[in-house]
Amino acid sequence: MKEKVMVKICTGTLCYLMGGADLQLLEEHLTPEMIDRVEVSGSPCLDCCNHDSSAKAPFVMVGDRLISEANITKIVDAIREELNLVG
Amino acid sequence: MAVNNAVLIHRELLTRLAKLFNEGELELKIDRIPLEMRPKGAPTSRCCVYKDRAMLRYKLMALLGFNIRDEIDELTPLSEYVRRAFERTEISREPLTVVDEVCSACVRVNYVVTNMCRGCLARPCMANCAKKAIEFSNGQAHIDHTKCVNCGLCMKNCPYHAIVYIPVPCEESCPVGAISKREDGTEQIDYSKCIYCGRCIASCPFGAVMEKSHIMDVFRAFRSEKKVVAMVAPAIAGQFRAPLAQILGAIRELGFDDVIEVAKGADMTTENEAKEFVHKMAQGQKFMTTSCCPSYITAVKKHMPEIQPYVSDTLTPMQYTAQIARKQYPDAVLVFVGPCLAKRFETFCDPNADLMLSFAEVGAMLVARGIDVAGAGTIDIDHTIDSTSRGYPVSSGVMTAVKTKVGDQVEIRSLLVNGLDKAKIKEMRTFPQTCTANMIEVMACEGGCVNGCNVIANPKVAARQIADVVKQS
Repeated sequence: MKEKVMVKICTGTLCYLMGGADLQLLEEHLTPEMIDRVEVSGSPCLDCCNHDSSAKAPFVMVGDRLISEANITKIVDAIREELNLVG
Repeated sequence: MAVNNAVLIHRELLTRLAKLFNEGELELKIDRIPLEMRPKGAPTSRCCVYKDRAMLRYKLMALLGFNIRDEIDELTPLSEYVRRAFERTEISREPLTVVDEVCSACVRVNYVVTNMCRGCLARPCMANCAKKAIEFSNGQAHIDHTKCVNCGLCMKNCPYHAIVYIPVPCEESCPVGAISKREDGTEQIDYSKCIYCGRCIASCPFGAVMEKSHIMDVFRAFRSEKKVVAMVAPAIAGQFRAPLAQILGAIRELGFDDVIEVAKGADMTTENEAKEFVHKMAQGQKFMTTSCCPSYITAVKKHMPEIQPYVSDTLTPMQYTAQIARKQYPDAVLVFVGPCLAKRFETFCDPNADLMLSFAEVGAMLVARGIDVAGAGTIDIDHTIDSTSRGYPVSSGVMTAVKTKVGDQVEIRSLLVNGLDKAKIKEMRTFPQTCTANMIEVMACEGGCVNGCNVIANPKVAARQIADVVKQS
């Protein structure tokens, strides 16, 4: 079981424009069991948007996994899986 | 505005449009945008790919600055509208357009009998309907839309909760009843009532109410010999994840010859409003309200004539800034960068300001140019600007600035009207008789300009960032 998971929210302009701005509120949505085990940080452009692929902004890294079209629910679910939390 | 699919489609269209302009291929390729966004076989939002493409086409027409209902020939390609946009020399007064093709023409009557209706023996819906609008067929109740007057008694009386209320979001959100249905069910805006609060834009789940953008007119200015100057509202400080100096630097990189902070004009607003307040109180006036929210000012003109004598005569920060900018650049095109529809209307009315770009439009232009705000150069921030002027865009910000200026000359009993809705407008009309405060700050949007209809950042996040900027400056 991992002790801590790093969450990097891309704050590049494209991600911000396409809904990333709302992800700044992530910390308000973490459950008590997550709070001490998650480190949330904003990140300069993760450079995911410059590649030709179908993945769309906003992008977030939860540990090693890349989440595209990220929203709070998707991120929280990924954190739960990374930390092996049930439920 | 809260992010949803309709908002994201709007921003994608803006970005694509700006990108094509930057590449010099706008006229050549704009008609392809709907096809690229909805290629054959792609999942669709509406009934079919063709409807989706038509919807995108009309949205682009609004972004080019045209009124959708002015379309004469449906075969006119978007490239032709691009040509016309580059030729026009004036922007239109009324800033909104309803995109019929997108408007889903919501229910005409707000009450609908669902399948849960058991066709009971008591039939209290029918018994309580004064308009005899309820009939029974196939063992279930039906509402005759020609007779129903939306009183809701049928819903209240149904023991099975089988009758539901279905709102028309734009009509429901409008605080002044300015948007209503035409014969065919699509919506229209009554400009004798509209206060440009922009709630219809934000509330329509189809994104059918759109602003006629000035983006093409700004592009035209960039191509001309004239200087182009951006006047940026203080709310910008909360819109991107970067220091203010860098956000302004990024905007400058879009091609502006100069970038002026509207907070500079806010200094003058504070100064004059404080003087005016002290003067009016000495004259025995009961109270004074702020004047910097143009949606509120329009609401006073159209719906609260009782309040008119109490509104401050002081100009808005944007109006003062435009005066300063005009003096400095007599021949330049002055572009206001701001958070809302009401400011677009104010820009149109102002003798000095020429065009307006919303925060969302500026965001799309930055993305199209590949400018990442966090990597942009900075500009020198004007340190003579008072820190309270940078706090204007958050509810209570204007009050704080004026209070600080007035000091102990007059005792201020303050009241914040944080958001205008139907009830608040009704209440404000009684203020000449009932109000015990002597200074009232009015913001049409709850939370202030950070919650305008054209913002990118979540208002909470933006307010936090602005508080930091105020503290630091």
